[in-house]
Amino acid sequence: MSDQELQPVTQTQATGWEDKLAELKAFIAQRMSGDYAIDDFGFDPELNDKVLMNLLRPLYRKWFRVETSGLDNVPATGGALVVANHSGTIALDALMTQVALLDDHPAHRHLRMLGADLVFQMPFVGELARKAGHTLACNPDAERLLTEGQVVGVWPEGFKGIGKPFSERYKLQRFGRGGFVAAALHTKTPIIPTAIVGAEETYPMIANAKTLARMLGLPYFPITPTFPLLGPLGAVPLPSKWLIHFGEPIPTDHFPDGAAEDPMLVFNLTDQVREQIQQTLYHLLAKRQRVFG
Amino acid sequence: MSRTVLVTGVSRYLGGRFASQLATDPRIDRVIGVDVIAPAVPIDGVDFVRADIRSPVIAKVMAEAEVDTVVHMGVIATPKQAGGRTAMKEINVIGTMQLLAACQRTPSLHRLIVKSTSSVYGAGPKDPAMFTEDTEPRHAPTSGWAKDSVEVEGYVRSLVRRRSELCVTTFRFANFIGPKVRTPMTAYFALPVVPTVLGYDARLQFIHEQDGLDVLTRAVHAPVPGVFNVAGTGVITLSQAIRREHKRAIPMPEMLFGALGKNFSRSGIADFSTEQIRFLTYGRVLDTSALTRQFSFEPQYSSAEAFADFVEAHQGPERQGAPRE
Repeated sequence: MSDQELQPVTQTQATGWEDKLAELKAFIAQRMSGDYAIDDFGFDPELNDKVLMNLLRPLYRKWFRVETSGLDNVPATGGALVVANHSGTIALDALMTQVALLDDHPAHRHLRMLGADLVFQMPFVGELARKAGHTLACNPDAERLLTEGQVVGVWPEGFKGIGKPFSERYKLQRFGRGGFVAAALHTKTPIIPTAIVGAEETYPMIANAKTLARMLGLPYFPITPTFPLLGPLGAVPLPSKWLIHFGEPIPTDHFPDGAAEDPMLVFNLTDQVREQIQQTLYHLLAKRQRVFG
Repeated sequence: MSRTVLVTGVSRYLGGRFASQLATDPRIDRVIGVDVIAPAVPIDGVDFVRADIRSPVIAKVMAEAEVDTVVHMGVIATPKQAGGRTAMKEINVIGTMQLLAACQRTPSLHRLIVKSTSSVYGAGPKDPAMFTEDTEPRHAPTSGWAKDSVEVEGYVRSLVRRRSELCVTTFRFANFIGPKVRTPMTAYFALPVVPTVLGYDARLQFIHEQDGLDVLTRAVHAPVPGVFNVAGTGVITLSQAIRREHKRAIPMPEMLFGALGKNFSRSGIADFSTEQIRFLTYGRVLDTSALTRQFSFEPQYSSAEAFADFVEAHQGPERQGAPRE
């Protein structure tokens, strides 16, 4: 700060800075008057794009140096269901995918994620999740969003994925009950199998304090090399190198109406999605040369 | 065909306004108003009958007047209005049972319209983002008005089973709001500073009082059987609503909010039932596509506009945009 103040300030710089301040003041005044629109899910695009995403961007660009590929597999308009692997103790992978689609996709698409009910029970977390456009993982909500033409994100491994020990990294867990496939079939939207590499190393979970987790009502309580040993410092994620690949879409519009009512078809499609993600994970792991490089 | 409409709950604001609106309607020949207490001011053009719920007097009135339409608006929202929770429950549940028993016995009756509430869905973290009419409640209400309304709807459904030729329309209204209507919600928003639950921001919907009366009127003239959600389009969050009032929210932990709510109820400042607190924590949004598609009704006021109309009436234009004290 002092360095900049000592330098002679040119007129253009001053206006740029003052304009920004004025803009910020107007933004805050407008927010304080409640004059902004949200959708039926409680999604507040202005707050999300201008505030929440700005908090995540340094993590995305500088800390994890996320590299994306296959973004053209996500359509520029219309509904799509992004299905990805889940890992890393807290759902950072979901948040990074959200930044990837908003910033790096040419159509700047908002990713509307489906979260566990625990998310919406927790104070602050639930509130922020709604404002960032996310909703409860249930078929009515998934189908409503897909029908609206939104990109919906789902992490079918759930807590089994993010709460798994480090020794099982990049091994996909069971894929729920295939509810996401049924939602895609009902709305005839493509499924985009997505593989995320890097989240596993952010908080390598070496043990799970099950008793403590039960006492706190959490699905698991992570012990990592730094947490809780280093206290709050242990909550800083390790700066692993991330790769996110959006895979070839699996179309669902060629299936007949009522295909979602055929459990065998739903199981087979679920397996196909899972297999495609697992293969891409191996491929990306081979491509990534160093974990923290 | 001469039309005689019986309206229950006319001694309260919405019932009274609806009855007087019907009384000026040239398509309606006679309006009979029923309530457990007499209205503060007699309603022009409405024949008032003070009906004690423990006597089957309604059945006699309905048979003699050859009533063809009943609009049931007599379910009371707060114990204060009834003089205690016991009396409230009697009026709501036993009163409805008496009314429906009379409906079943009256051969001239063709239509029954029930003003119910969206609070029958309850509110909680496991709910889908929007309720359709056939969404199973995951957090069913356990007390108060909401519970009474669930029971009322249950009795209405059994009447439909017993008299299948009857055209029965049930409306599940979002919170009424507007320049004149008084509800626990308007009392809450009228507080000088508004307590909220820390860490939660409920999604709210409102129905403007005029839209509410219009949808009931429409049901009297162009009936469509079924259950319909009624709410202004769109959603505003609790924090947004308070900001639009130019008021300050006081977020407090859930437990403290509950304790404060009880004190407020006792001292009569505002009514905070358990259900109301859950609603202010988790919120509730209705899917109104059935109302638009099958009932062909679209409220004139969106949820945000209905709330703005309430704010304007309560604060006046001169206070709009005024700095907070």
